[in-house]
Amino acid sequence: MSTALAPAPSRRDRGGPGRGAATGGRRTLLRLLPLAPGVVLMGIFLVGPIGYALYGSLTNAALSGYRAVAPEFVGLDNYTQLFTSGQFWKSVWLTLVFVVGSAIVGQNVLGMALALLVRNGPKRLGSVVSSLVVTAWVLPEIVAAFTLYAFFATDGTLNEMLGWLGLDGPTWLITFPLLTVILANVWRGTAFSMMVYSAALAEVPPDLTEAAEIDGAGWWQRFTRITLPMVRRAIATNMMLTTLQTLGVFTLIWVMTGGGPGTQSSTLPILAFQQAFKFAQVGYGTAIATVTLMVGALFAVVYVKVLKPEVDS
Amino acid sequence: MQRTRPAALGAAALSLGIVLAGCGSGSSSGSGDTNTITVAYQRTAQFTQLDAVLKKAASEYEAANPGKKVKLTAIEAEQDQYFTKLALMNRSPSTAPDVIYEDSFQVRSDAAAGYLAPIDEQLAGWSDWSQFDDVAKQAGLGDDKKTYGVSMGTDTRALFYNKDIFEKAGLPTDWQPKTWDDVLSAARTIKQKAPGVTPINVYAGKAAGEATSMQGFEMLLYGTDSTLYDDSSQKWVTGSQGFKDTLGFYQTIFGEKLAPALDVALDATVGSRVATEMLPKGELAIALDGSWLPGQWIEGDNAWKGWEDTIGFAPMPTQNGQAPGSVSMSGGWLLSVGANAKDKNAAFDFIKVALNRENSLKYDTENSQIAVRKDVASDDAYTSYNPSFEFFSSLVPTTNFRPATPDYSQISGNIQVAAESVATGSATPDEAAKTYDEGLVGIVGQDKVQGG
Repeated sequence: MSTALAPAPSRRDRGGPGRGAATGGRRTLLRLLPLAPGVVLMGIFLVGPIGYALYGSLTNAALSGYRAVAPEFVGLDNYTQLFTSGQFWKSVWLTLVFVVGSAIVGQNVLGMALALLVRNGPKRLGSVVSSLVVTAWVLPEIVAAFTLYAFFATDGTLNEMLGWLGLDGPTWLITFPLLTVILANVWRGTAFSMMVYSAALAEVPPDLTEAAEIDGAGWWQRFTRITLPMVRRAIATNMMLTTLQTLGVFTLIWVMTGGGPGTQSSTLPILAFQQAFKFAQVGYGTAIATVTLMVGALFAVVYVKVLKPEVDS
Repeated sequence: MQRTRPAALGAAALSLGIVLAGCGSGSSSGSGDTNTITVAYQRTAQFTQLDAVLKKAASEYEAANPGKKVKLTAIEAEQDQYFTKLALMNRSPSTAPDVIYEDSFQVRSDAAAGYLAPIDEQLAGWSDWSQFDDVAKQAGLGDDKKTYGVSMGTDTRALFYNKDIFEKAGLPTDWQPKTWDDVLSAARTIKQKAPGVTPINVYAGKAAGEATSMQGFEMLLYGTDSTLYDDSSQKWVTGSQGFKDTLGFYQTIFGEKLAPALDVALDATVGSRVATEMLPKGELAIALDGSWLPGQWIEGDNAWKGWEDTIGFAPMPTQNGQAPGSVSMSGGWLLSVGANAKDKNAAFDFIKVALNRENSLKYDTENSQIAVRKDVASDDAYTSYNPSFEFFSSLVPTTNFRPATPDYSQISGNIQVAAESVATGSATPDEAAKTYDEGLVGIVGQDKVQGG
């Protein structure tokens, strides 16, 4: 294509083979120039660290000791060790439960419900609810994490309130560690889904819903037959964003349970941190981080595939 | 278009390569200017004694060396995170400190990693060095037999018990248990007769870090017939009965709810809570802990009037009372010179000031250290300062040291995992011991272990 558009050989051209292509190439290179800063930045801050992590995961680098100065290249040893470790598969399972529970089900369903409430409910109630929900989202992660720790701690707010009702609350962070962090992440992340869905719902043409109403469609039918298909694309995008965000959640879990008790809430990011910094096995920890990256990429590919026909239509 | 794309990508990749290479080689610049000495050390709400002595030393050093500055970089973290942050600082020459507050068990590991500088030359010219006892000199040795640090003091570990609670439960107030069973039966009596009181604390959580390995697990294990590391064959021990029995002790105290509830036991702040809340408030009857505890009760924010009337001490007995009858573990901290220090002599000069007779005395008394300088240990001001010194010093003959190999810190992490998994009930002692053995072989290799 570009060769066909290449200009006629220039004055100084001695007619060497391939010369024209080179000139054309130079021109397209010039056209690509505006992309260069982006490519370089992506290279430095994205591709570079990923490549370095990939390399690190093939070594036995440690935090201290001989292997801190001179890590050896160990090939795929870290990965074989990882895939044969029961702890790793437990972590994968915990991560899946955490992502499905808090992002795909919790944040999405609750976010949609709140968006509908804000749109259809009394106006005053809607604005109060949405500003409360957004407050949780605006808090920096570390602040939110400490707040939730104080809420769920054994002598924390929740058990104090249960005490008023004459109930003796359990040790939430010890007895139900995963449930607690799932609830915490739902609390923190729902605002994002709510805002995405609020925007999407505003785009649904009211005449469509009205027409359906005249045809005798009930509330539930209008929601499933009209509204949901109209906001399908927003749902897919939101699913992808919340999934990827939740996959990387670290601070919240670390502050609340530290991945414990034992390893009962050690999702992949927590496991990677523990291995790299607690047990000083930087190489092994990096391998876990790399696997987490792959899992995220996998989710992204699935969502992009699901999203694609929608874009074409 | 099609044809030029690889070229563009190639160019981008090349420029990236150059940038990355630039990142890699730009690390020889070193830290700060030569006239500033950076000191990295730990400070927490409970541990301010070191901060005090370093501030004093800094002003003395600056007064004696005009033009020089001391920059104190306190790392505010519990012990476990302190090691991590320190290691991360040390990894890059641009953040590596000049003087480092270093735990004795990390010396070999960090010396092997090239984080510490040998100071034999400087020590040879320091007249005070002859005042340090041999154990203290040993503590600073690296794998290559060079010295990598100056000891600030050492410590021992034993049982603390609350005499008031013991009296209430009808137990002797001059309690001297002879076996593990004596300890357990006292704890059971307390559970029965003094409801609301936690009978015994033995550190069990990963978050408590080295406290779990040393104050908890090793205080038990070294009282069995097994050990962690065979010094003569230089091999780590796997599958020993003592290891399982030690975990069995954890199973008993957590299973019978003699130990603190898991939300306290597994918290990173459990050490501070034991020392500043649970013991002083009479919420805990027996604590397996370190000799430095009374330091904060004597003076400062956590001062506790009359602690010496309430708290009794007992050596930790061996499992079945086997010789030598009691067991203790010793560690201690050092001041080391960082390998990336611009002016190593200046850094060492600061250590000389910080650990001279006067400052060592201040630190050893205020932080309840067992003095390693002979002139301090024999000083009246030292011996009369703290009524617990006599007891804890008397444990030195039967004390043990951790295996000082570069791998120890990693293995210690696996010990904590074993203890926590048993304490939480997610593994039996046999299962946890097996997991530990597998982890151990993974760290040191099959040829460095032996059956026990």
